[in-house]
Amino acid sequence: MTYLSKSPWVIHYDGSSCNGCDIEVLACLTPVYDVERFGIINTGDPKQADVFLITGSVNEQNKAVIKQIYEQMPDPKVVIAIGICANSGGIFRDCYNVMGGVDTVIPVDVYVPGCAARPEAIIDGVVKGLSILEEKRKASEVAKEASA
Amino acid sequence: MGKSTIIPFGPQHPVLPEPVHLDLEIMDEKVVRAIPSIGYVHRGLEKLTETKDYNEMFYVIERICGICSFGHGWGYTLAVEGLMNVDVPDRADYLRTALHELSRIHSHLLWLGLLADGLGFESLFMHCWRLREKVLDLFEKMTGGRVIFSICKVGGLRKDITPEMQNDVLKTIKSLRNEVNSLTKVFLDDASVKNRLCGVGKLSKTEAVDLCAVGPVARGSGVNNDIRLTGIGKYLDLGFKPILEEDGDCYARCKVRILELYQSFDLIEQIMLELPQGPVDVPVKGMPPSNDFIARMEQPRGEAFYYVQGNGTKYLQRMRVRTPTNANIPAMVKTLQGCDLTDVSMLILTIDPCISCTER
Repeated sequence: MTYLSKSPWVIHYDGSSCNGCDIEVLACLTPVYDVERFGIINTGDPKQADVFLITGSVNEQNKAVIKQIYEQMPDPKVVIAIGICANSGGIFRDCYNVMGGVDTVIPVDVYVPGCAARPEAIIDGVVKGLSILEEKRKASEVAKEASA
Repeated sequence: MGKSTIIPFGPQHPVLPEPVHLDLEIMDEKVVRAIPSIGYVHRGLEKLTETKDYNEMFYVIERICGICSFGHGWGYTLAVEGLMNVDVPDRADYLRTALHELSRIHSHLLWLGLLADGLGFESLFMHCWRLREKVLDLFEKMTGGRVIFSICKVGGLRKDITPEMQNDVLKTIKSLRNEVNSLTKVFLDDASVKNRLCGVGKLSKTEAVDLCAVGPVARGSGVNNDIRLTGIGKYLDLGFKPILEEDGDCYARCKVRILELYQSFDLIEQIMLELPQGPVDVPVKGMPPSNDFIARMEQPRGEAFYYVQGNGTKYLQRMRVRTPTNANIPAMVKTLQGCDLTDVSMLILTIDPCISCTER
């Protein structure tokens, strides 16, 4: 965790999940798991977020919302798909209003499996995501120097 | 009076983890009209009955909502058991009742936490969720899952609990009761909490009846429509009495839920002490006949009903769920009319909306 140079803020959006993964995401922030220790805060504002946690699959109506949140987030950013529905559609894959996983709309960096995903798995996913975030930040700095 | 403005609320907003969209028509900081639009979480899972048989369908139904998953599973199995004339053993019925009440505790603690968060009382939110984890630990011990259990099945329960688990439940309930006591003092007596809740969003008894409100929203307005009185599970044998408040404001709805926590503690303790011995399931033979059946269930958020129609094959012909939040949305829209803009989050929260139940 030495690469944790700044406090990563997360934003959470519920695609069309059953709430199971949502409450597990919130459970990560509350005392038993308590990721706030590491400076991870849940924000409601996409413009302040580094990590996009998304639960549930994509459908016609929320496609635009997910894209909008993603585009509003400043670079570098990481997208983490939480739960099997966000990964592939899961048990609801065959439903008429489910288009599939989040990666059908925006690029996903980390996939966290589970139905519902356990808080330990979510934290593990976020930690993986943070190292990707750091790599992206370094890459963008290198690109900046090269252009200057 | 100034010109009216429309403020969009949601679908991504900090009040709830779930997406819901409201157009709030505002005039001078007062809400004139609220127009809800839903459909962000619609999956269309009722249609899956055509491709999944009635046993597989149970797992889909349980995933209607991750908060009241046990209640949904139980309601569905009640409907299928009614359709197929299956009698569930006593022990299974008692255990289902206990698990459902544990779900209610976890759901109400979760809701109290969200309410505290809505009030801006962050530490209270953390305390509610800390207590909720104890219930989830019990679930994990008894069923193996934290939010989705898959322990119910048509004909009973998938597995039994051991006497050690029984003791664990009693011990946890005892410690929870002590800790909830201190939370209750804050929610019901603290001046700053009362300022936000008392007299806000009044729903009179006649309005609650006319708008078909259900669950704690209706009971906060003095309407006795608790489905647990209709003989599901073992509630009547346990001497269940619903909790009613008369005021119909946010405070009354909060009080109903807090008192229900204590009631659930009592019911679970009683069940764990009186639990009869015996099997927890019966073998189920045959297929759902060409007939239909409706089962009703009191979820933490209110009445839900489950309609199933068989056709003689292992696939159900039709399956339909009506969930409590759907019934409470008209009441929410009514209370939003004329409220202050700052109270909108309180009013949305006090119906305890579960959007994924509503839209399925």
